[in-house]
Amino acid sequence: MPQRTPLYEQHVDAGGKVVDFAGWELPINYGSQVDEHHRVRRDAGMFDVSHMAHTVVTGGDATAFLRRLLANDVAKLATDGRALYSCMLNEQGGVIDDLIVYRFADNQYRVISNAATREKDLAWMRSVAEGSDVDLAPVPGLAMLAIQGPQAVEKTLSTLSSALATGGRALARFQAFDGEDGFIARTGYTGEDGFELAVPAASAADTWQRLREAGVAPAGLGARDSLRLEAGMALYGNDLDDSVSPLESKLAWTVDFRDTARDFIGRPMLETQRRDGVSRQLVGLVLDARGVLRGHQGIFHGDRQIGEITSGGFSPTTGCSIALARLEHPCPDGLTVDMRGRQLPVNVVPFPFVKNGKSTLNQNEESST
Amino acid sequence: MNLPNELKYAASHEWCKVEEGRATCGISDYAQDQLGDVVFVEVPDVGREVAAGEAIAVVESVKSASDIYAPVSGTVVEVNTALADSPEQVNDSPYEAGWLFAIEPSDASEADALMDASAYEASIS
Repeated sequence: MPQRTPLYEQHVDAGGKVVDFAGWELPINYGSQVDEHHRVRRDAGMFDVSHMAHTVVTGGDATAFLRRLLANDVAKLATDGRALYSCMLNEQGGVIDDLIVYRFADNQYRVISNAATREKDLAWMRSVAEGSDVDLAPVPGLAMLAIQGPQAVEKTLSTLSSALATGGRALARFQAFDGEDGFIARTGYTGEDGFELAVPAASAADTWQRLREAGVAPAGLGARDSLRLEAGMALYGNDLDDSVSPLESKLAWTVDFRDTARDFIGRPMLETQRRDGVSRQLVGLVLDARGVLRGHQGIFHGDRQIGEITSGGFSPTTGCSIALARLEHPCPDGLTVDMRGRQLPVNVVPFPFVKNGKSTLNQNEESST
Repeated sequence: MNLPNELKYAASHEWCKVEEGRATCGISDYAQDQLGDVVFVEVPDVGREVAAGEAIAVVESVKSASDIYAPVSGTVVEVNTALADSPEQVNDSPYEAGWLFAIEPSDASEADALMDASAYEASIS
């Protein structure tokens, strides 16, 4: 039986087309994915992300545990309320999940990770924590909304209780505030400014209603996917999985090698890749023809396949079809995609494809990653 | 769900309007709703001989690429070129501005064998 978030009734009332997503009944759209996408780029939209997994990490060894667990280094979270994006790796350097960790005090953190990998992640974290002074506490019963877009911050702040509004207003990008009546972070998955706001399930309906009255449009999973793809953000299970490392996923910036004494899980394999170079890499693609790039389509150089698309789709902001693909590295020029039996030309471009609400494709025309 | 009575429907969700020796075809309101926003339409060449049930067009939505089948056999006599610039017409107006192609049928009995609106409605509910 799929689970329902505390906002299920609100989705149905708003005309949401509900689908099963990683075991959760969530709206794919409320009528038009493209309209919802534009609304986020131009104004403000909100997504129900209550299915995401929250885990509070405490105990005397919490910091040491996270420094071993994660490829990025929580030691750089020097002040309370800072957030960090990181991959959690297996011993082979493959990605078990990608997540955001928020620091609230010494040895006090919250990890927000993907819904589909909830059980796997928790089992892994528990195995790594074994024998040390670490408490891992999943936080059930939350409603979480991602409110995103150029108007998202102002519109959200106008709806909040005074404590959350004061806490939220003080946040710079990638900072969070944990208050009595909720958790608010200036983070997201669209490339736009905005908040991720978690409140107890009992206040979910009221929070949703006030955001709607403030002019924040409901947006579904479809728009969430096209927005994150334009922003060049990896989706676990598509662009990342247990068999690829962050260095093969354009995520070298999330791996912190600086403290040579820090023995994070997967480090030896990543050191080897760093020394020898990687033989495959995630690249951005734009289709130079009419059609839509889709996941798993093969990418060819002549008649030789050099990789495949990991995420693809139509990009409403650029009007083009864009994709992330994992290709052999370095990759040659003159590539084609096998689209339903036909070879169509694709160009390798840097990503993000959209920055600050604007296409980056024209300025990148002559360059490549 | 808008399913006009004067149209015929194929099990693969195309509609077909036969008048004066010409069968105008598109996809049903149900089909466009299932696909989501249409972002690209590939129509057949005018003059192409097609057989009923043959995949002759492609509708790509935000969700997926779908083959569109000829509901009747015959010759393609016209295609909706306006969809190149405004594919969203398939969503906004599936039976009027969002038509896909017109076929001159070679066998009038094929259209008669398609479902009427009530049979089609029963098939999708």
